[in-house]
Amino acid sequence: MSVFTSILARDLRLAIRQSADSLTVVAFFAIATVLFPFGVGPEANVLARIAGGVVWVTALLAALLSLDRLFTVDFEDGTLDQLVLSGEPLSFIVLGKVVAHWLTTGVPLIIMSPILAVTLHLPAEGYLPLMLALLLGTPTVSLVGAVGAALVLGTRRGGVLLSLLVLPLYIPVLIFGTAAVEAALTGVSATPMLSVLGGFAVLALTLCPWATAAALRQAVE
Amino acid sequence: MDGDDSSKDLRTQSFSGVGLACRRGGRLVFTGLDFSISPGGALVLRGPNGSGKTTLLRVMAGLTHFTAGHLAWDSVPVEDPDSHAARLRFVTHLDAVKPALTVTENLAFWTALWRGKEASIAAAMAAFDLTRLAEFPARLLSAGQRHRLALARLLVAPAPLWLLDEPGNALDTASRDALARAIADHRASGGMVVVASHEAAFVENGDTLDVGLFTPKIASHWSDDELSGAAE
Amino acid sequence: MHRFANPTQFMRIANAIYPWVAGLAVILFVVGLPIALVTSPPDYQQGQTVRIMYIHVSSAWLMMMIYGIVAGGSAAFLIWRHPMANLVAKASAPMGAIFTGLALITGMLWGQPMWGTFWVWDARLTSTLILFFLYLGYIALNDAFEDSERGDRAAAILALVGSVNLPIIHFSVEWWNTLHQPSIMKLSGDGVKSSVDGAILLPLFLMMGAFTMYYLAVLVLRLRSELLAAKIRNARMSQVAVDAAVGQPAE
Repeated sequence: MSVFTSILARDLRLAIRQSADSLTVVAFFAIATVLFPFGVGPEANVLARIAGGVVWVTALLAALLSLDRLFTVDFEDGTLDQLVLSGEPLSFIVLGKVVAHWLTTGVPLIIMSPILAVTLHLPAEGYLPLMLALLLGTPTVSLVGAVGAALVLGTRRGGVLLSLLVLPLYIPVLIFGTAAVEAALTGVSATPMLSVLGGFAVLALTLCPWATAAALRQAVE
Repeated sequence: MDGDDSSKDLRTQSFSGVGLACRRGGRLVFTGLDFSISPGGALVLRGPNGSGKTTLLRVMAGLTHFTAGHLAWDSVPVEDPDSHAARLRFVTHLDAVKPALTVTENLAFWTALWRGKEASIAAAMAAFDLTRLAEFPARLLSAGQRHRLALARLLVAPAPLWLLDEPGNALDTASRDALARAIADHRASGGMVVVASHEAAFVENGDTLDVGLFTPKIASHWSDDELSGAAE
Repeated sequence: MHRFANPTQFMRIANAIYPWVAGLAVILFVVGLPIALVTSPPDYQQGQTVRIMYIHVSSAWLMMMIYGIVAGGSAAFLIWRHPMANLVAKASAPMGAIFTGLALITGMLWGQPMWGTFWVWDARLTSTLILFFLYLGYIALNDAFEDSERGDRAAAILALVGSVNLPIIHFSVEWWNTLHQPSIMKLSGDGVKSSVDGAILLPLFLMMGAFTMYYLAVLVLRLRSELLAAKIRNARMSQVAVDAAVGQPAE
């Protein structure tokens, strides 16, 4: 596990020193969400109806935007070669990087989400399910996105291509994430949806680091 | 050098390759290539730019897949890429230096990852004249200093095989001497070195291997012979 | 398995079956199309629109079968590094995308008279749309690298990731659909299945057979042209190599 903690500590330290990167992602999350009232009108009941879905969709897009850089810098400066040659299981290294990514982008998005939900007039009973759903869903977003980020290394149009590859795979998380919020608003328990999101996270945790490692190996071949 | 005590546990093993062939981008980079390095030995890869020296180093490192032949470590075929990677250090033309970290932090990360000793960081910095820069962020370093930092990684945790891709680039005379000393010490304790270089510096009494002196050959996934029956 | 890694051997088999599958495709279309589009009885509920089903279901069948072939070929390529397996996957993917598109369009055309609108977020239509994006991603990734071999490997990994995700996506969309639109009449199969009638099953099987044979025939043609393209690349590269050797001063 020392590999995992070394990578995690290094990526966190880098993220803190370059904290503008994380802030940019949160700022994107805010501005993209704020666009919706301009698009659909400021009526409180209309916004309240779509608040959960809007926050989820913009959170997905913000996370996707940050994933573009997950391996690119390491790939371009030669660090990735050295990590693949570390002699340690590459999937642990991937996991360390993904956890660091989640802590520096996923967590800020979760913290920011209730503030944005306020601007969309989300009813009071929706906040806890929204944050819990994001807490359980964003790890899957980071894990699945890492596979895509590794696959597009060295392509001519990495960012756009990454969206095409990864967004379809996010649909299940989006469905159950917004369903959790909706359930709470209609007075039904959100627990089943949250459990499914947890199940997705466990599944992603077992499969994605391994697939990402395979993608990274072929990228440096 | 102070790093000597940590180099003592290098096991003396040999590394060889037989009949290696490698294809990149539809081009056969080399074929039927043999090499062998004995404990304490050195191999200098020579050849013009683009002749396949880097590709051969990446094959030796287990990064690049080869299409024919095999690698052997102490006569045992190399199969698991991770356990092979654990016994080598590879200095590529990319320095893998993080500009936001200090020189010490850069080295400390690799030392921890390779399970080296903390004490070896200071020795490695001393060997490549980086001690004065220890607490500076790497973003302030010149190209030569960054390259020295990449070379200092060789000394933070011992590994029997060093693969060096054009290590002399961007180095001044004093740093070249430091590198030559590090290589000599490494070999004296039984380590092996492969250097790709169009200049034969750094290595005394090394074997040389000329790469890419045969006519370039074509190899897509399939040879013309294989295609002849297929694409009629 | 290794026998098929050699393109000459592979193509010997492929070329041998080509006249059969191409002939069968022609026969099945000639026999099946008139039955499906003219002589078979209209459905008591859907009327003449049931005829779209014969095309829609056949396209949907191929879009799924081809994704299976793409995933299987990709797995064989990644495990054994068989370029031929990858070539089959690569040559099949655009056809899979086209049949998925055809399934979408016929689904929409069927939806217009049935639902009164071209698009309804029906579970199968939605899943089909997502599969269409997965196909597009595979094709785009394959084409995104300067070094085509990297594109092959990356796209192969993507195909496997997609095949693991497909059941999850399908289950999620089904659940989402029942949550939001519990009473909608389902597309595909059901209209046909509900009336298990020889008069409807016969043209359906004829069309599915015709589509499958057509796919196999075009696959052989595509493999042939891919291999010819490889031959041309080889010839061009030897030209470049000769040029480089001539241009280089003797050492």
